[in-house]
Parts: sequence; C-alpha cells; structure tokens
Amino acid sequence: MIELPTLESLNVVVTLPALALVLGAIVLLLVDVFLPERRRWITGWLALIGVLVSLGITLLTTDRTGEAFGGMFVADSFTAFLNVVVLITAAVGILIAMDYLRRTDMNRSEYYFLLLFSTGGMMFMGAANDLIVIFVALELLSIPLYVMSGFRRPETRSEESALKYFLLGAFSSGFLVYGIALIYGATGSTHLPAVWAAVSAIVEGGSSAVYLVLLGAGLIVVALGFKVAAVPFHMWTPDVYEGAPTPVTAFMSVGAKAGGFAALLRVLVIGLPSLIVAEQTAAAWVDALALIAALTMILGNFAAIMQTNLKRMLAYSSIAHAGYILMAVAAAGHPAVANQGVQAALMYLLTYAFTNLGAFGIIIAVERNDGSGVSLDDLRGFSRQRPWLALLMAFFMLSLTGIPLTAGFVGKWYVFWASINAGQVVLAVIGVLTSVVGAFYYVRVIVRMFLEEGSADLAQPRLPRTLRAGLIVAGLGTLIFGVLPFLAADMTTGIQIALAALGGG
Amino acid sequence: MIPLWMFLVVGAALFAIGVFGVLARRNAIAILMSIELMLNAVNINLVAFWRYLTPETMSGQAFAIFVFVVAVAEAAVGLALIVAIYRRRQSVVAEDMNVLKW
Repeated sequence: MIELPTLESLNVVVTLPALALVLGAIVLLLVDVFLPERRRWITGWLALIGVLVSLGITLLTTDRTGEAFGGMFVADSFTAFLNVVVLITAAVGILIAMDYLRRTDMNRSEYYFLLLFSTGGMMFMGAANDLIVIFVALELLSIPLYVMSGFRRPETRSEESALKYFLLGAFSSGFLVYGIALIYGATGSTHLPAVWAAVSAIVEGGSSAVYLVLLGAGLIVVALGFKVAAVPFHMWTPDVYEGAPTPVTAFMSVGAKAGGFAALLRVLVIGLPSLIVAEQTAAAWVDALALIAALTMILGNFAAIMQTNLKRMLAYSSIAHAGYILMAVAAAGHPAVANQGVQAALMYLLTYAFTNLGAFGIIIAVERNDGSGVSLDDLRGFSRQRPWLALLMAFFMLSLTGIPLTAGFVGKWYVFWASINAGQVVLAVIGVLTSVVGAFYYVRVIVRMFLEEGSADLAQPRLPRTLRAGLIVAGLGTLIFGVLPFLAADMTTGIQIALAALGGG
Repeated sequence: MIPLWMFLVVGAALFAIGVFGVLARRNAIAILMSIELMLNAVNINLVAFWRYLTPETMSGQAFAIFVFVVAVAEAAVGLALIVAIYRRRQSVVAEDMNVLKW
C-alpha cells in the first residue's frame, strides 16, 4: 500500500534553496512570454535575482539539516557548501554572458532559463541521497547544457559541439543507469545509506553479490568520469569547450564538474565506502580512481602545452584540474581521511570556480563578435592596451598554476595534503610534477601578454559593466581565498558526509 | 517460473548491442536509437530485480518509469539538435562533423 506523505514528513524547509531556484526559473519562463520584445533585457536580471535569492536562503538556512522527501533528498553541510559554489558559478555565468549574448546576436532569453535549470540540477546532485535522484539530477544538469552549447546556432562549430556533447553525454548516462541497476540488484535498495548497510553486509558475509556491486560501481565511475572529463573519458571536452559559446563554456567547465564530483562523492563515500575486497584497508574503488587521477593529470597538462587556442587550452587545463580533484576523491576512500578528502575536493571546487570563471571572463572580453580572436597569439601586446585586464588574467593564470597567495594554491595544498595523509605519496608526487608542467603553459600566456610586442585589436573599446562585475567577483574570490586561506578552512572543517559509523570501522 | 538470470542475460545482451551500436554506427539517428536500446536494457534489469528481489517496495518500478521519462526528454533534445544540423548540412553522419578536431 502506498502511504500518502504529510507535509511534515516531506520536510520541505530543507529543500528551500533548490526549490526557490527551480520555482524561480519556472516563473521566469512565464514572465518572459509576457514581456514585450524591447523589455527582454529584464530576463537576465530577473534570473540573477533568482540566483541571489537562492544563495541568500542557502546562507540563512545552513543550520537546517535533515532528510526530505522520504529520504530522497538530504540537506547537510556538504549540500550547503556545494550550493554556494554552484550558485556563485551561476551568478557569474549570468553576469559575464549578458553583454556577450547581446553583441554576438544570440540574445535569446532561453539562455537564462536553461542556466537556472542546470544549476537546479547541480544543487539536487549535491543533495541526492538516493541513486534515483542522482540519475534525474544528472539529466537535469546535462540536458540544458546540451542545448546551451548549441546556442550559437546556426554557427557550425557550436552545433557540432552540441551534438558531440549530447551523444557522448547520453551514452554515458546509459552506463550510469546500468551501474545503478546492478547496485540495486545486489543491495535491493537505491537509498544510499541502505546501500551502504547492504554493501557492508555483503562484504562481511563474503557473498558473491560483491561482484555485482563492483561492476555497478565501475560503470558509475565511468559515467561520472565522462561528466567531469577524466581521462580516458575526456575525448569530448576540447571540442565541446571550443565550439560552445564562451559564457557557456565558462559555466559548464565549473558547474558540470561541481555536479559530477558531488555525485561521485555521494555515491562512493556515502554509498560504497565499505566496499573493501581482498583484505585491503581502503575501499576497492580507490586504486581505480587513483589511476584515473594520475592519467588525467598527466594527459591534461601535457596536451594543454600543444594548444594554440585559448579555449582549447583551458579545456585541457580543466581536464588536468579534474585529475587533482579526483586525487582528493580517491583519498576519501581511506576510512581515516574520508572527511579530509571530501573537504579537500570541495575546497578545490570553490577555488577552481572563481579562478576559471575569471579566466573565461577575460577571454570573453578579448573575443570578437564572430568568435575569433581567442588564440594565444591574439594576446600579444595585450598588456599595453589593457594593463588591468592583463594583470587580472596573469593573476588567474598564476592561480590555475597554484602559486601561493592565490586561491589555486590553497586548493592544491588541501588536495595534496589529503592525498599524503591517505598514503598516496606517489599520486601526490605526480600531482606536484604535473603542476610544474602546467606552469609552463599558464606562464606562456603571461609572457605573450607582457613581454611580446604586438597589437591585440580588441572588439570592444571599453569593458561592459556586467562583465566587469563578473570579473570583480571572480578576482576577489581568487584573492580573498588566496590571502586568507583560513576563511575557506573555517567553511569546510565541519563538513562530514561520511557516515558516523565509518570512523569506527 | 523463469529464473532471474535469464532476464539479466537478455538485459546485458541488449545493453551490449546498444553499446556496439553507439560505437559502430555512423548515423546520428542510429546512435540515438542505440542509446535508447541501452536505456531499455536497464529497464528490463530494473523491473526484473524489482519483481524477484524486492516486490514489496516500489523503488525498482518507479526508477524504471524515471528512466524512460528521462529517455524521452533526451530523445526530444537530441532529435532537435540533429534536425538543426540536418537543415544546414543535409547530413546526419557523425563523421561529417569534423570542423572541430575530434
């Protein structure tokens, strides 16, 4: 028999941040229809207000924790932190897009709805407590992104990038559901804490169902590896990032990554931490993730050296950064450092969000209306014409490298520290060495801007106000978390998503 | 009664056919159809697991419904993208999409 839930048992209050955003997006859809053509510019601002309202609710309700909707949705400190990351990403994503959409003649309001729905998907992903929610949230995150990357219709490259992203994204979600089905078959539940209990029992009982769980976990890692662009599932990334309109690339390089890693952490650290086979001390997925992380860091950084297009270079750089975050996820598989690993991954996502959005913001400033002007050579002599923009870009590049006093350094510090505590010294060494390789192509951008002569002719005589606001947010975030790392440390220390029982064994 | 493993074998076989189709077919529509095949293979698994393992709860069935709802949404977006590309190029062959380095 199905019981009708009461309003109290649904516990709607804890879902308010995500709910406010999605409701806001739906209302905006309606409002936009009734707006006259010449007032359409309001839509973007309304979307921004929706994001800020949701951010406000998130910050005000951080102490409201608990499960909602019959255990499908869970609000805890992890959810709140992730909400902050994706909402900042969405806000900056709207700010840097406003003027760009207008001047490249694709000022269609759909951009803002799709961005809001995708953000909603990311928020649900961070709050997912059930494999079904993870699947639905992943699709809510991805489907708007497929459309957004084809937003520059009828430009061939944009359409092509949308189709590639769509085909590979749908392919990977097939793997995700198959993996989930196998785990459901082995454990008899899709609820993550129940999965955890069942997996512990299976492992202790020595049942052969453990192979089913292993296969399922492997398929889920493959699918989410596609989403976060980990090697060997990264093939789509450079093409899609290059072809998609630049604000979309900025939003998806940060947002889709945050969502994908949220799901990975939820499934692996809450659902499957006790999947320990063959008398090891850590979960069975740790070795696989460590290998993927190493490959991702190596390939991402080396391939980025070869690139001449800035967007493509940042695409490979984002693959490399996925490798660093994966390092933290792998560390979270060791019971003793589970929480530290989770905190490091979140920390890295926050610092990466500010830095990468800023870097793409500068690319938007130099890009011409037809989408050209984003090659490395176009930056020659940039510091003569726009000294402040060039300085800011140099700052973002240093942060991506991980130089002290930038946010990127703090993120890397946390990740390496978690990794060493987990005993993955080899992985940490690979991480440090590949960071040095990364420094090569980030510093090359700075050299082009400051030391080489040339005349970068810029599309716009002056920087639009919205883009400037977005850059200021990104720059301040990168600076503040770089100079005052304890701020971020305070934000993350309380975060625990691992079950309390895990610490005891 | 038919044992559970038979359903699982059918599901696995359909999934494998779907994966093969995605990797081997050139036509974007055929790739989309192969993806649908993968998702339906999962539905067979889900419903079989539900019937044999946990018939007292709804989650397996509910999940199967979610899977095909999402599959429809995905197909709608995918076909729209394919139509948009077809209008300009008169082709839906994935290998013709080569402006960007693959």
